[in-house]
Amino acid sequence: MKTNSINPKEDLQTIREIMERSSKFLSLSGLSGIFAGVCAFIGAVIAWFFILDSGNVQYDDYMRIPGGWSTSGIRFYLALDAMLVLGFAVLGAIYFSQRKARKSGQQFWTKLTQRLLINLMIPLVSGGIFTLILLFRNNLELLSSVMLIFYGLSLVNAGKFTFSEIHYLGLTEIVLGILAGVFINYGLLFWTIGFGLMHIVYGTVMYYRHER
Amino acid sequence: MKNPISNLQKVFESRIRLGIMSALMVNDSVDFNALKELLGLTDGNLASHLKALEQQEIILVSKQFIGRKPSTTYKATDRGRELFRKHLAALEKLINNQ
Repeated sequence: MKTNSINPKEDLQTIREIMERSSKFLSLSGLSGIFAGVCAFIGAVIAWFFILDSGNVQYDDYMRIPGGWSTSGIRFYLALDAMLVLGFAVLGAIYFSQRKARKSGQQFWTKLTQRLLINLMIPLVSGGIFTLILLFRNNLELLSSVMLIFYGLSLVNAGKFTFSEIHYLGLTEIVLGILAGVFINYGLLFWTIGFGLMHIVYGTVMYYRHER
Repeated sequence: MKNPISNLQKVFESRIRLGIMSALMVNDSVDFNALKELLGLTDGNLASHLKALEQQEIILVSKQFIGRKPSTTYKATDRGRELFRKHLAALEKLINNQ
């Protein structure tokens, strides 16, 4: 490995490669993005057709369905649905990334992984708690918007420690979240684009760029 | 014109030291085992290069205990960062002159 004759090109290449490998989590697999997107699609279908009765569930400002029923059942099932989507997506992310790490002979659980997770979790957990507060305060209108914006912020924050696609996925989610706040009746649609379609698109791009 | 080679640092001629420094430039601190894995070196080989860098005050060594396990971490000094930057600039100049 010792170079007596100076080879600046190779030297710079080594430097760049080691800087990237030591500061970025490169085990993140595009497949976990695709899997998360599919989970979100399934979750959205369940929410629309089974929980919201194809959009036929209407309620007034006090979250009462005409006839005076409360919407607590709907809110509970929406929360359950979203948690299941999150759970499966996280399991998928762990599974596919561990597989990628094993294949390329890299360690999965390093200081870098921890740093990435901490940076991801701070905005994500805050957003999750805030989402639950909105849910229990009967404020369903801005739910999609809040979820997308906080998720986008988490990705932008964690993007420093992994592939740059994550940074751009984060920005996309923030924009979608803002749009979901403007076009308030299309929350579920924007949610499905953000968590379903965009995960699949970015996951596919990452897979072809870094795993082929 | 000044010869760019005069800015190349003798201490970074070894690819291994270059590798160690690259990792320390983008991280606050890195421990021995992480460096070992990153560069794929044996304990002895890595230790001798670290010692050389330490003697030239390019890196700072600190030893502490995590629980009962001793852990040695390394940091780039300001002087080390400056020298590395000079070395990088010289390498780039060499490429551009080719």
